Amino acid sequence: MNKYLFRNILLVLALIVVSIASLLIGRTEIDVITVLKALFGVADEPINLIIQELRLPRVLLGILIGAALGISGAALQGVLRNPLADPGVIGVSASAALGAVIAIHLGLQLIWSLFIPLFAMGGALVATFILLYVSMRESSVLTLILVGIGISSLAMAGVSLVMNIAPSPMSIRDMIMWMLGSLENRTMTDLMLATPFILFGWIMMINVGQGLNALSVGEETAQTMGINVTMLKLRIVVGSAISVGAAVAACGSIGFIGLVVPHMVRGMITNNPGDVLLPSAIMGGLLLTLADLATRIPTSGATLQLGVVTSLIGAPAFLFIVYNTRKSMR
Amino acid sequence: MKCLRVDNLSLELGGSLILSGISATLNRGEMVGLIGPNGAGKSSLLRSILGLVKINNGSIIVDDTDINALSLKQRARKMAYAAQGAPVYWPLTVEHIIGLGRMPHLNPWQKIRPSDRDIINDAMIKTDCTHLKGRSVMTLSGGERARVLLARVLATKAPYVMADEPVAALDPAHQLGVMNILKELASSDCGVLVVMHDLSLAARYCDRIILLNEGKMIGQDKPDIMLNDDNLADVFSVRASRWKDQGEDFIITRQIETGI
Repeated sequence: MNKYLFRNILLVLALIVVSIASLLIGRTEIDVITVLKALFGVADEPINLIIQELRLPRVLLGILIGAALGISGAALQGVLRNPLADPGVIGVSASAALGAVIAIHLGLQLIWSLFIPLFAMGGALVATFILLYVSMRESSVLTLILVGIGISSLAMAGVSLVMNIAPSPMSIRDMIMWMLGSLENRTMTDLMLATPFILFGWIMMINVGQGLNALSVGEETAQTMGINVTMLKLRIVVGSAISVGAAVAACGSIGFIGLVVPHMVRGMITNNPGDVLLPSAIMGGLLLTLADLATRIPTSGATLQLGVVTSLIGAPAFLFIVYNTRKSMR
Repeated sequence: MKCLRVDNLSLELGGSLILSGISATLNRGEMVGLIGPNGAGKSSLLRSILGLVKINNGSIIVDDTDINALSLKQRARKMAYAAQGAPVYWPLTVEHIIGLGRMPHLNPWQKIRPSDRDIINDAMIKTDCTHLKGRSVMTLSGGERARVLLARVLATKAPYVMADEPVAALDPAHQLGVMNILKELASSDCGVLVVMHDLSLAARYCDRIILLNEGKMIGQDKPDIMLNDDNLADVFSVRASRWKDQGEDFIITRQIETGI
């Protein structure tokens, strides 16, 4: 069996183990057998409900969002040929955050809880259309990055403005907590809302691997190898914008997964930009599920927010990887 | 006859005329030097032929087919490009980089086949890269990297190859090495169009020279005709000293004294 496939299978196995652990750990103690029974609805009644309605959506959403962030990070790093790129660089996360804080400012979540993710998705889509417009005009990679930074700064300015005019400290707290990210209290409805967008993003990015490999010898050379580079950029930028937008809408801003995961994959599995995508998805799901487990470590006072944990783990991991690969990346 | 033909090509970029009225041919089995001062439009001509920029007028015909009638993939099977400087962005292995040359022949999901493997190995032998195949490109010297990137071009098996200053920034031995690889490629029924500045190398290795100046073609003919004293004075404003060694021409240039 080839090494690439083998290592991917190992990652999937790790993901399954961590997912089961995530189903096991919670306020109510439930043993493995009962958890597995409850998954198929054949355990006792409150247990079925706890597993199927509370813990399962949380685990599934964690995997889905981690995968979306991981694969988008890998694809963006590949197409922008920049190891520092992450889903934040195209400005979608910040735009989604702007949508969400506007919804919180207006108190819409009190009317219907899904208004926050819907507004966040709306923000992400506005950013996506700007990016689509820019990528259709055969822009250079640098232009794309700069436009992303511009969108991001503008959206963050908007977030600051909304916080500035917030009616009450409670509302500011809600905004900050939302932006720190969480998978708590998510239901199957949240999953159903995020899934179609994330899947649509992935479908747009299907089979970009070969193009990304070609891009590693430069844009013009890739074009002479039969790759439509403008189309490739458009598919990746729009595809990751939509899936990251849905991810942020579902659980707030989650830092560092999209940046760190592709580097981990490069260190452990392969440097070929096309082959980094699939393991980045699995690794992203794994890392986010692990981070979500860490938020459940009992602490006195406030519970840890997911985005805080991912950044706390992600940033040192990133420094470690950068230090270790400093010689091979020039 | 199978050849690459440029007919009355004009190119404008940002409102200024870069190339005008270029008509030239590249036959299979010949090595043609594209010569001219900086800014003459040499790289622009290569990029126009490859379809990387939209030309304003004229046509480019490959083996009797206009390139506009070919898909990107079909073009990629006809023409390969050795870009100037040729950066590599990830620490990929030499073998992987050379394997990229097979891409025009594969579907998006397809992996390298055994028949592709043979072609890749052959390209490595021809460019003396076999011993480098497991190395990361980031660890190679400039000369080794130039050979590896040339091996990628060879692995495409395209009948026409465009090389943009392939010997710039190489030491003398590597310059000769690269020119020999291109010459051998031409002798295997491939048309090679190479942009270069070294007039002696051009005279020794090229079957024909296309001379460009200020976006216009001065002519296309054998090196000793195109690189005559008048052309060198007109186009480059230099005076040539020449001598022959073992039947090959060498050209050393000096500045023309303007007498001011």
